[in-house]
Amino acid sequence: MIEPGATWSHILKRGTALWITDIEGGANVGAIFYNADNPTERYNMPDTLKAQHTAHLTQGNVLYSDMGRILCSITADTVGWHDPLSGSANEALVTAKYGEARYQAHRNACHKNACDGLLIELAKYGLGARDLAATVNFFSKVVVDGSGDMRFASPHSRRGDYVELRAEMNVLVILNTCQHPMDPSRQYAPKPVHVAIRQVAAPGPADPCRISRPENERGFVLTERYFM
Amino acid sequence: MKESLLDKAALEFDTLIPAGEPWICEIRKGHHLRIIDVEGNQAADTLFYNAADYEDRYSAQDTIRAQANIYLTTGTKLMSSRGNVLLTIVNDTCGRHDTLGGACATESNMVRYALDKRHMHACRQSFVKAALAWGRGLEKRDITHNINFFMNVPVTADGGLTFEDGVSGPGKYVELRAEMDVLVLISNCPQLNNPCNAYNPTPIRAVVWNFGVAV
Repeated sequence: MIEPGATWSHILKRGTALWITDIEGGANVGAIFYNADNPTERYNMPDTLKAQHTAHLTQGNVLYSDMGRILCSITADTVGWHDPLSGSANEALVTAKYGEARYQAHRNACHKNACDGLLIELAKYGLGARDLAATVNFFSKVVVDGSGDMRFASPHSRRGDYVELRAEMNVLVILNTCQHPMDPSRQYAPKPVHVAIRQVAAPGPADPCRISRPENERGFVLTERYFM
Repeated sequence: MKESLLDKAALEFDTLIPAGEPWICEIRKGHHLRIIDVEGNQAADTLFYNAADYEDRYSAQDTIRAQANIYLTTGTKLMSSRGNVLLTIVNDTCGRHDTLGGACATESNMVRYALDKRHMHACRQSFVKAALAWGRGLEKRDITHNINFFMNVPVTADGGLTFEDGVSGPGKYVELRAEMDVLVLISNCPQLNNPCNAYNPTPIRAVVWNFGVAV
């Protein structure tokens, strides 16, 4: 289990899949992804969105690196919409929204923010602020209207909802369970999630993520070439 | 949309950036940068950094979230990864600019168009070239998610991403005020695989002037 407001990381091996389950409903998981064998290659939001002509992520979508390769595929998803647009809240934003709650008075119930959580975890791998670009917010939905306005859609994820990420490379994945930065709730109440990893079969010629669009077929070819 | 007069007496830079070329320049706090789409329909892929600390750089996600709107136009504050305001858009005769579409790359062109497109010139080649030439530690991992001035990339209500034409035109410009000393890095986009440059990349003009100096 990843506790509310906590950060977790793992080098997800090619050929395994990560299950993330929303235990209570209303969770948010900020996520960043790197090629563990060469972390200068990392998740790229625009490349992911424009290759798939989408501004949300769900089953059948893949997460592209900046090098034209697929870090992870979304192979199962009961939520239907994950937010790739909104990023993470820093300490100033969390304090402005929820007030100050420091360790001295609140011990481990102190307020945490996703930016610091991700930066501290990145440092454990020799990475830093220069390596932190866009995040994906799993289990959260932000819709955009005709004038470009962004709106946080709530309620969204339900208790027991899950998403499965199949690693197509060896992927450093860092997850943080702080609240979504556009969550309008004034109450500091991050939710826990459960994570599990299992071995999975390599994507075959008819893999749904591979054949979902011609761009992804080429993305899989480039990723498979990388391991030749 | 507003137009403003450019104070030629305090000009610091007035540069024509040919199609497919990068441009990198420091801009002092309070000075203005105007980027002009000289012939129209040209994408100006642009990154900004805090000139005193390149770790603190333009953040597309923080910028759109701070204003709860995906389009950049007059009044938009360009936010850094540390929550600082780098620049403010003070004039915009185009009306809308994109920050979701990113920059073209040789690798992403292979994914988007065909595996044999790797040889074609791309914005991220220009970004890396200019970053290495600038030195001071700037390198590939500093090439983050950029602004596409003069590009229109709407998001649909059902979460689709579309690429549309037609908001820019010859002579249209966007003008920004630096709220701190910043470094600007522009790639004048060489993309030939899609209509972002009307299949004919053309020059853009960048003008920097000291707004506070009297004529």
